[in-house]
Amino acid sequence: MAIDWQAFWLTLQLAITVSAILLVIGLPLACWIAFSQWRGKFLVEAVVALPIVLPPTVLGFYVLVALGPRSPVGRWWISLTGHTLAFTFSGLVIGSILYSLPFAVQPFAASLAGVDRKLIAASATLGASPMRTFFRVIAPLSVPGLITGTALSFAHTMGEFGVVLMVGGNIPGVTRTVSIDIFDRVQASDYAAANATALLLLAFSFAMLALVYGVNRKVWIVGPAK
Amino acid sequence: MSDLRTDEPATIAVASSAPAQNENDDNTPGPPLAAGFRKRFAAPGQEFVLEAEFRAAPGFTILFGPSGAGKTTVLDCVAGLTRPDSGRITIGDHILFDAAQHFSLPVAKRRVGYVFQSLALFPHLTVEQNLQFGLMHLPQAKRREHASAILHAFRIADLARRYPREISGGESQRVALARSLVINPAVLLLDEPLAALDAATKSKIIDDLRQWNQAHRIPILYVTHSREEVFALGERVIVLNAGRIAAQGTPHEVIEAPRQETVAQLVGFENIFDAVVEAVHPERGTMICRVVTSPRAAYGTAGPVLLETPLVRAGMGSTLRVGIRAGDILLATSLPAGLSARNVIPGRVASLQQRDVIVIARVNCGVEMETHLTLAARDSLHLAPGREVWLVIKTHSCHLMQK
Repeated sequence: MAIDWQAFWLTLQLAITVSAILLVIGLPLACWIAFSQWRGKFLVEAVVALPIVLPPTVLGFYVLVALGPRSPVGRWWISLTGHTLAFTFSGLVIGSILYSLPFAVQPFAASLAGVDRKLIAASATLGASPMRTFFRVIAPLSVPGLITGTALSFAHTMGEFGVVLMVGGNIPGVTRTVSIDIFDRVQASDYAAANATALLLLAFSFAMLALVYGVNRKVWIVGPAK
Repeated sequence: MSDLRTDEPATIAVASSAPAQNENDDNTPGPPLAAGFRKRFAAPGQEFVLEAEFRAAPGFTILFGPSGAGKTTVLDCVAGLTRPDSGRITIGDHILFDAAQHFSLPVAKRRVGYVFQSLALFPHLTVEQNLQFGLMHLPQAKRREHASAILHAFRIADLARRYPREISGGESQRVALARSLVINPAVLLLDEPLAALDAATKSKIIDDLRQWNQAHRIPILYVTHSREEVFALGERVIVLNAGRIAAQGTPHEVIEAPRQETVAQLVGFENIFDAVVEAVHPERGTMICRVVTSPRAAYGTAGPVLLETPLVRAGMGSTLRVGIRAGDILLATSLPAGLSARNVIPGRVASLQQRDVIVIARVNCGVEMETHLTLAARDSLHLAPGREVWLVIKTHSCHLMQK
């Protein structure tokens, strides 16, 4: 019952990359969702939430098509690098970002929107620019939501299966993640190895979430000043 | 348009034509706030229109009115948090907002000190960091210096390293006030900042704020719905009701002059007199005040009108203002005896007027006092104009206000 450590490290690498990128691109998006007054905002919110309800195969299918040589994006990538995005680690990252987007953006947006508007107004009256207000007031007070969103997108990427299978296939060391490894072992009736790997993933995910929620408890509670 | 924010908080924003003034060294009044604007809020089935036109000179201007009158919206428009539909807001020569020019100075550049009702202290920053928040454009040494000066001025130096959740309500109030003042604002906006505090804490903070205002002569717009605060603070009062300015002037003018029903109602004291402290009895917690009588209301042979009132911090001979609610005055048709009430004042009924089920009796006793009684009381006492009566007023029904 050997654990496929290569698949494990690859998955970890994928999850770290995806949650880091989601922190960078998800934060401005969440900020826009939290503070925009635009009437059509609900449409954007619906699009962001789509991956929650969409079967991973549907999402994976479209990502695969979009990354393939027949789409403009795919052609552009091929002209740039000489190979297709599909069935590569980069392709996997792109698919996973889309798939985990709501798990990062929704907690981000909820905590940003939960910051007392009077604190934001106070910051402005004290001469702070919107950027400064964001980094000195809004972001620090949203830390619990930022941690939660990052942790959820991390854990969600760790365990994803459908999108990875559609976009990445099953190339050891490149796109073969833990969940695909487990699926493979089960297909091969190697239940002992499947169990060991599944248990590892379970324990790892639990430890991650417990750690994050534990840390979260001590962090500033979002709310108005006394 | 020029930026009201200066690099050096020790100097005030100056009108472009005037030479630079240093307000720490002299107390030259800063420029006044002038505002005239309109803002409409529409929601399905309801509409609220705020129309305000006023000037606020350096010193306290009280914005008074019931909740929902639009007081906070006035402050928000001055601060730039709400954009009026039309009008103009200026501080001296500096334009904050001008609808005609489609110009609105960003909030961050208005140099407006704003103390919110909720105080809005940053919970993740210490008291000192809260104070330094508005000074980030200065080098750190300067920042420290300014923060420390204001910490001492507001007697909160020992709280510097605490977080807002670790300090009391009164202390939070001082921190919020200090934070808004450390940026050396051109105007100070206070939104019912002392509403939640007890009287003693409140008056101490007001004393400190007054002292600060002596040295920094800027306009202070102070929102309150407390009648007592109007008289305690007001050099000038603007009475706001349902989005309109119902009256403005000195507290005395607003109440005395045209007896507008809304104003009298809002202010709550039908009887307001100037009074001079004649004697002080600290051991009894009371003092004797002589009501300053106006010649037109002089009552024949009666001597001075003396009132026993609760003790307040005021010297002999100083002038205070006494407010007495009409409903707190008893009327007797013969000299009453065996009463706990300390003030029994002879007078003569000047007029009786019925309003709904209340009879408004004006009694001339050297000054004219308004009292309210029921129809039954009027009838059983056979009250009529010219009738000799005694007014009975409890010591603690006399509300003393600083002039």
